[in-house]
Amino acid sequence: MNENNLYTVSIYTENNIGLLNRISAIFQRRHINIESINSSVSEIENVTKWTMVVGLSEDQMKKIIGQIEKQVEVIKAYYHTEDETIYQESCIFKMKSDLLFDERQIQNIIKESNSRIVTVNKAFFVIEKSGRKEEIDLLHRELTVFGILQFTRSGRIAVTKEPMEISKMLVAFNQ
Amino acid sequence: MDTKAIKKEANNTQTTERISGSEAVIKCLLAEGVDILYGYPGGAIMPVYDELYKYQDKIHHVLTRHEQGATHSAQGYARISGKVGVCIATSGPGATNLITGIADAQIDSTPMVCITGQVASHLLGSDAFQETDIVGISTPVTKWNCQVTKASQIPEAMAKAFYIARSGRPGPVLIDITKDAQFEEFDFKYEKCKGIRSYIPIPKIDTDSIQAAAKIINEAKKPMIVWGQGVSLGEAEAQFKAVVEKAGIPSAWTILGAGAIPTSHPLNIGMVGMHGNYAPNVLTNDCDVLIAIGMRFDDRVTGSLSTYAKQAKVIHFEIDPAEIDKNVKTEVAVLGDAKESLAALLPLLEEKTHPEWHQKFKDLYAIEYEKVIKDDLYPTKEGLTMAEVLKEINIQTKGDAAIVSDVGQHQMIACRYANFNKTRSNITSGGLGTMGFGLPAAIGAKMAAPEREVISISGDGGYQMTIQELGTIFQQKVPVKIVVLNNEFLGMVRQWQEMFFDRRYASTEMTNPDFVAIAKGYYIDAQKVTKREELKDAVAKMINTDGPYFLEVCVEKEGKVFPMIPTGASVSDIRLE
Repeated sequence: MNENNLYTVSIYTENNIGLLNRISAIFQRRHINIESINSSVSEIENVTKWTMVVGLSEDQMKKIIGQIEKQVEVIKAYYHTEDETIYQESCIFKMKSDLLFDERQIQNIIKESNSRIVTVNKAFFVIEKSGRKEEIDLLHRELTVFGILQFTRSGRIAVTKEPMEISKMLVAFNQ
Repeated sequence: MDTKAIKKEANNTQTTERISGSEAVIKCLLAEGVDILYGYPGGAIMPVYDELYKYQDKIHHVLTRHEQGATHSAQGYARISGKVGVCIATSGPGATNLITGIADAQIDSTPMVCITGQVASHLLGSDAFQETDIVGISTPVTKWNCQVTKASQIPEAMAKAFYIARSGRPGPVLIDITKDAQFEEFDFKYEKCKGIRSYIPIPKIDTDSIQAAAKIINEAKKPMIVWGQGVSLGEAEAQFKAVVEKAGIPSAWTILGAGAIPTSHPLNIGMVGMHGNYAPNVLTNDCDVLIAIGMRFDDRVTGSLSTYAKQAKVIHFEIDPAEIDKNVKTEVAVLGDAKESLAALLPLLEEKTHPEWHQKFKDLYAIEYEKVIKDDLYPTKEGLTMAEVLKEINIQTKGDAAIVSDVGQHQMIACRYANFNKTRSNITSGGLGTMGFGLPAAIGAKMAAPEREVISISGDGGYQMTIQELGTIFQQKVPVKIVVLNNEFLGMVRQWQEMFFDRRYASTEMTNPDFVAIAKGYYIDAQKVTKREELKDAVAKMINTDGPYFLEVCVEKEGKVFPMIPTGASVSDIRLE
């Protein structure tokens, strides 16, 4: 059996209602958990880009990419290994304002982690951090000891090192 | 309401006319060449039905007795004709009753457009009366679906629906139309869909892969073809026959591939799979090259994948890229439409006959004949066999009939023993195995091909799942011939119980009603046969009856279908007893 790897999946699609259902059902049928999912505009007008992170074998991954591409509204789907992408995640922490003054270490953590304070008021302050998964994991661990009021983390967003020639494909279609 | 106003668009030669969404639905259907619909009315689709009333001279609506019947009839229509089958239902339960047929059409690549009514758009998501999220429910079993909430969206949605349903690897689509969109008026104009940028129905043929395939086939000593429905879906029968004959390759079919070349063709070596023929199953694990054409290596075909054709180089001709390497790893994949691919392959093939290799199939056939076929077709013991009924039908229809089978033992027997002279003659539920498919599918098949003899073969179990469609047959006067092979059991499950569950017949014995009386209750001429000597005349009477006819044949109660590959076993471990 192939070993499971973490793959980033990039899917270029039409922006249509219901497509999330179709794509997530492909994973659901095979009992594969989606680690994260992000859908946004892409570099191409009127084309949506999905970035998903899943852990599975390459053999499974290839089959799933085939099933995703089979969907009528999917223009193209790719999968990439960790080395093939440049990716970021974003997270927000809400913490008690007292900590800013009582715990000097907090300010050091903010500085060293390259995170930033989004807002401060009497009751709480909010820290934002973008970075790789490990950096966010580390920050989370460091702040946990002080007590986190709220924590939210985005799905991965990624670009690939190699070009994905969707624009060319779309130009070819229009000809 | 304004009456229709027709106006010319300034920059377009096409006329637009101001009509309601429901009338637009009808006009779209007419523009797509639809002249028959199967369906069932209800509250949320009433505006469309109201328009249908007006257009009844152009579109014939068949009122089935259940929405599931409508989908299977549309499937039968599509399977025999190659055209898109259309069915229509209301929201809520009407829509959900379509799901089985849609799922069946999806897995068996049957082009079908389903139109469902939906509650008014302002009620969506409010748990309104007869509201269900049919788009959500049908998503996993449709090739494409969408919900329309404005009349102006109807033409584009309908055009896309027909294009997607029939192009590439065909499949079912569903369009859900809210009631307000059906009432709303708009300027209607229809353009057929010619392409969708994100959808490539037929992959480009790669000349290199065809050359690579030809080289392997030409070098093969023991080649074997397994073909599926892709041959007939791609209308590639002639090209396929030419390839088979030129290369002299023994060719076996999956259940949905039957008929693409006639049963009697000398290179047709029978069916593969769980209840397929002995020789092609055994020799799948002996061939040096396995050429799969328009088939998807279903688990019922392959048995255990870990042992399936491991010694062979596999060449896969396939229109759907997602099927390549899905179950069986290929040496060469030839993507594209079977007609074009096989036409391109033909001139590259060398003429061969492979006599020694053929002899192996003949030798194994002789074993199967002695151990299974002889007793099936020419039984000496008491109790009619299912196979001898098929044999009699073959004789009297000369193999020209379309056989529509339900699901179970009788289906396997029908597929094994029916003679198919013509393509698109074996209409059955393959991938989903839908009991209840046969009777309504036969209605659609007969209506699409009235010139053909259409014989529905059911078991007593499946027949009772959609027995209500006798009402449709009676009302529509569909001259379909209905045969029920009655063994008073859910025969296939019983066989498994006998073989693998210590004969514990849990809930498989059926106490059946008087089927003849029921048929006669629907004013359908009917007969029951219990003895071998009655069979010939009964089949003759059925065939010679102008209208619909029901024939019940009481067959041996505990008959079994052999050969058989037990689940998970290797195809070459196929059992003859």
